[in-house]
Amino acid sequence: MPRQAKRPQGSESGALLDIRNLRIEATVYPPGEDPRDIVIVDDVSLTLTKGKVLGLIGESGAGKSTIGLSSMGYGRGGVRITGGQVILNGRDILKGGQKGFRQLRGREVCYVAQSAAAAFNPAHRLMRQVIEASLKHGVFSRAEAEKRAIALFKELSLPDPEHIGDRYPHQVSGGQLQRVMTAMALCSKPDLIVFDEPTTALDVTTQIDVLAAIKKAIRDTGVAALYITHDLAVVAQVADDIMVLRHGKKVEKGDTRQIIKEPREQYTGALVSVHEIPHEEHKPAEPILSVKNVTAAYGGGQVKVLKNVSVDLSAGQTLAVVGESGSGKSTLARAITGLLPPMEGSIVFDGRPLPPRLGDRKKNDLRELQMIYQMADVAMNPRQTVGTIIGRPIQFYFGLKGRKRDEMVRELLDKIEMGSGFFDRYPAELSGGQKQRVCIARALAAKPKLIICDEVTSALDPLVANGILKLLLNLQQEENVAYLFITHDLATVKSIADSIAVMYRGSVVRYGPRSEVLTPPFDAYTDLLLSSVPEMEIGWLEKAISGRRMESAGN
Amino acid sequence: MLDIRRIPPTALLGIIITALYILVAIFTPWIAPYSDTAVVGDVWAPGSAAHWLGTDNLGRDLLTRLLYGARITLFIAALATALSFTLGASLGFTAAVVGGWFDELLSRFIDLIMSIPTLIFALVVLSVLPADTLILILVMGILDSTRVFRISRAVAVDINVMDFVEAAKLRGEGKLWIIFREILPNALSPLVAELGLRFIFAILFLSALSFLGLGVQPPASDWGGMVKENKDGIVFGVPAALLPAAAISILAISVNLVADWILNRTTDLKGGRGNA
Amino acid sequence: MKSPLLKLVAQRVGLSVILLFAVSLLIFVGTQILPGDVAQSILGQSATPEAVANLRESLGLNQPAYLRYLEWLGGLLTGHLGNALSNGLPIGPELWQRLKNTLFLAFWAAAISVPLSTVLGLIAVRHKNGFIDKMISATTLLTISLPDFFIGYLLIYFVAVKLGWFTSVSTVFDGMPFLQRMNAIVLPATALTLVVLAQMMRMTRAAILNVMQSAYVETAQLKGLSQFEIIWHHAFPNSIAPIINVIMLNLAYLVVGVVVIEVIFVYPGMGQYLVDHVAKRDVPVVQDCGLIFAAVYIGLNMLADIFAILSNPRLRHPK
Repeated sequence: MPRQAKRPQGSESGALLDIRNLRIEATVYPPGEDPRDIVIVDDVSLTLTKGKVLGLIGESGAGKSTIGLSSMGYGRGGVRITGGQVILNGRDILKGGQKGFRQLRGREVCYVAQSAAAAFNPAHRLMRQVIEASLKHGVFSRAEAEKRAIALFKELSLPDPEHIGDRYPHQVSGGQLQRVMTAMALCSKPDLIVFDEPTTALDVTTQIDVLAAIKKAIRDTGVAALYITHDLAVVAQVADDIMVLRHGKKVEKGDTRQIIKEPREQYTGALVSVHEIPHEEHKPAEPILSVKNVTAAYGGGQVKVLKNVSVDLSAGQTLAVVGESGSGKSTLARAITGLLPPMEGSIVFDGRPLPPRLGDRKKNDLRELQMIYQMADVAMNPRQTVGTIIGRPIQFYFGLKGRKRDEMVRELLDKIEMGSGFFDRYPAELSGGQKQRVCIARALAAKPKLIICDEVTSALDPLVANGILKLLLNLQQEENVAYLFITHDLATVKSIADSIAVMYRGSVVRYGPRSEVLTPPFDAYTDLLLSSVPEMEIGWLEKAISGRRMESAGN
Repeated sequence: MLDIRRIPPTALLGIIITALYILVAIFTPWIAPYSDTAVVGDVWAPGSAAHWLGTDNLGRDLLTRLLYGARITLFIAALATALSFTLGASLGFTAAVVGGWFDELLSRFIDLIMSIPTLIFALVVLSVLPADTLILILVMGILDSTRVFRISRAVAVDINVMDFVEAAKLRGEGKLWIIFREILPNALSPLVAELGLRFIFAILFLSALSFLGLGVQPPASDWGGMVKENKDGIVFGVPAALLPAAAISILAISVNLVADWILNRTTDLKGGRGNA
Repeated sequence: MKSPLLKLVAQRVGLSVILLFAVSLLIFVGTQILPGDVAQSILGQSATPEAVANLRESLGLNQPAYLRYLEWLGGLLTGHLGNALSNGLPIGPELWQRLKNTLFLAFWAAAISVPLSTVLGLIAVRHKNGFIDKMISATTLLTISLPDFFIGYLLIYFVAVKLGWFTSVSTVFDGMPFLQRMNAIVLPATALTLVVLAQMMRMTRAAILNVMQSAYVETAQLKGLSQFEIIWHHAFPNSIAPIINVIMLNLAYLVVGVVVIEVIFVYPGMGQYLVDHVAKRDVPVVQDCGLIFAAVYIGLNMLADIFAILSNPRLRHPK
């Protein structure tokens, strides 16, 4: 492959990337309607100088990934660039056609995807994939490319850098794979790298390592980057400038300090203070739920996922159970609901012991213990209307029918701040936040004493999640209902919990009132967990990394 | 909701032709110009004003035979499909919801039956059973119910693990509510498409059996049997055997067009951007 | 490194053997323990009681069923397939001859259809939603809707009768010269190819398209690779397993399709043999043929699974 003869460094303005009035559209095919075009990105302009990092932030549907990929002339899922210019190294790449795109992809601009596990070809060894673009574009010989790859593996502090390239993608952990993908992007010495939510799929304690590795690699190689994420605290650690996007339009752009300290727009301000929810911690009182020495396992006792777990939850209060994936926190919920009967231990609810198996529990036990799920999409029958979904528990538990039931459904719809106009809607016609509200109403319809909330805000955008949390707290005051709040998101926990249980590999490692749990001295794992939660503060990353006592599980 | 203008023209054509076949099958005795067993002319006479499509190997009116063939073929295929669906779907759903040893046992048994090609199994069984329409329907229906079992179980298992079903279980709902109110409404579209495919399969299967002389017994004749009766004419250049074969093909294509459309509609309903 | 892979393959082979025994039992039960008197139903209602009694004796129906099953199974394992009821001759030699003919026909049908369908499937993916792709979808719909005998008789009517290129009856016999034999099977092999081709193409296309939609293909696109390099280096290695699976399943289908095609072309293969003896209610022949068909079918399915195991990088390179 011939090396590109001439690559003018920067345009007259000195910008590496200059996107002007970008407009991107896509055709959607709504069921039962004619296909129509929608605008995904509307009149967005940005410039990026050599060696700088620009953060693109916004909630889902803000068009941030689409903008990032437009710098490579790529439209995912049939989106079309219908207006504006994308000027890279002084030329408008949109005029270059497919051949032009192929020459710049992998050479001038490289891409790091959210899920490296899916982005690597399972059939080939990592090294082959890492150096593929360099060979294709004739940047290096094979030997040179492999040498550079190994150097990059070292730079990104991957274990065994000499040989990790001989492995297949499935033989490497998620956090490592994400760093290998960063090495792959850096290998051909591009001018620009597009990072598309590179740490979102990782556990919080792994995220911090990957983030630090990416930041170091960017600094040492002097590459420019577009860093796309929905998490303002994360992007504040790596970006020089930040652009806030919403519904495909620019909200505001500024340097990182200005955005997080002095936001000009109300929307940005809301994003900055998204985790601040006023909530007074309650003192422990009479427990509504007591989990005593519960041990549970899958596969007939083969795989122990809960080990001797004991926690209490006071009536009308919130117990947050935090931990990373595999910590057993969701299994605890399954044990309490009776879906996974514990092998040992007991569960006392409202003063009476609960039968371990779901099938043996009384209707009243079931009624008083409700559950809300992470994915509201699949937690509702898509063939039932909102009225049916919320009305069913009322009919099932209280035997109310017809107008009386519908009346109660309408009251509940008002309570979740949606209104009775939603009575005849189907779940597919609701937004993510509305769906979760309907699920909350369905749980409340049973007039429960305890609701298990399993990662109820994890799938939602930060502002929507914030609204749901506030609603839950209000409802708790009105109905005096207790929450068992399962989450991996410590920021949420800090704002709404009365007491906290930290779980690690099936055991509770720290448990008590919120103020005590969050006050030092910490055990090693709690320390790691707490110190890994990104804070909206420049320089937090370096401080956190230097202060750590324990290696994260993802390594 | 369903709007006739939104049905693609191919599917519409399929619906119209299928409906036409069904009407013909129902009203055969009133439409047919002759009696289906009456010898009315020479052997393999070419088409004429009296006999539009000519006559068959015994000198019977070919058009009349074709119309009666439609009646017999559709009748048997419809009953066999009804049997395979009732049996397969109810067992499949029950296996998915009940789970445990019941599911395991039934699934392994179905695997076993399906490890013998359907046609071969039918031939083996028919070699000892009396040649009888009822037996034919039973054999076809039971053998084909294995496929319906597999697909309905797979669909139901997929739905059964969804959170809304778990929510219903946690609420304390009974098995019947879960099957009929939570799972069935969501399984309907793929099953309706499958119904079309099973119906075509039943027609093709019946035709093959009759062609091999093991299906409908003379003098009554379905389309496959008509092919068998008239196949010797082909070497003399008499295309009489091709007509019933073409009749099967047109019906099969029509039903396929409808089933394709229903399947596509199902994937559309799940959201996504179609095939952008 | 290799042992877990070997273990999986061994397990799969073991499963097939167990399945084969279960199938033999099922076939035996299907022909022997059905309601009513087998001898009576073989001879028909008009048979004299003596004739029925004689047949019962010669079928060994007076012995308990499990003994008869063991006897049959023992015979099969030692190569004794028993005697036919209709003419009293041993089944073995006849069946062997017919099986060879059938495999000969199926082999050539597969030799044409497998490469052809793979190439056409690749072309369809390369020009997705283009003219060729649309043509392929249309012919698929056509051929899955046509009964096998329609394809066969269309060929006979137009190619053999109207054009006079080949004979409509595919006679083959022992010691026939190779070219003559090939000439005799042109029409049935073509018919068989047409029966499986479209389905194979469609499944190949679906298998590759499925891979083309994965994230690693997007990664390859974002490296600036050409469409050809993407298909060849990234899509194809991951499509081999599903494509081989498609081929095996269709070969299994071909084994069944051969029954009807043999009858149409009066080809002296095992399908023809089976159908004749079903009509004669010759139970021993039917049992043997049924079991051999099932064995081929099970064997091909087993091969498909084994290829899938062998080509899976996760299994080949365990953690």
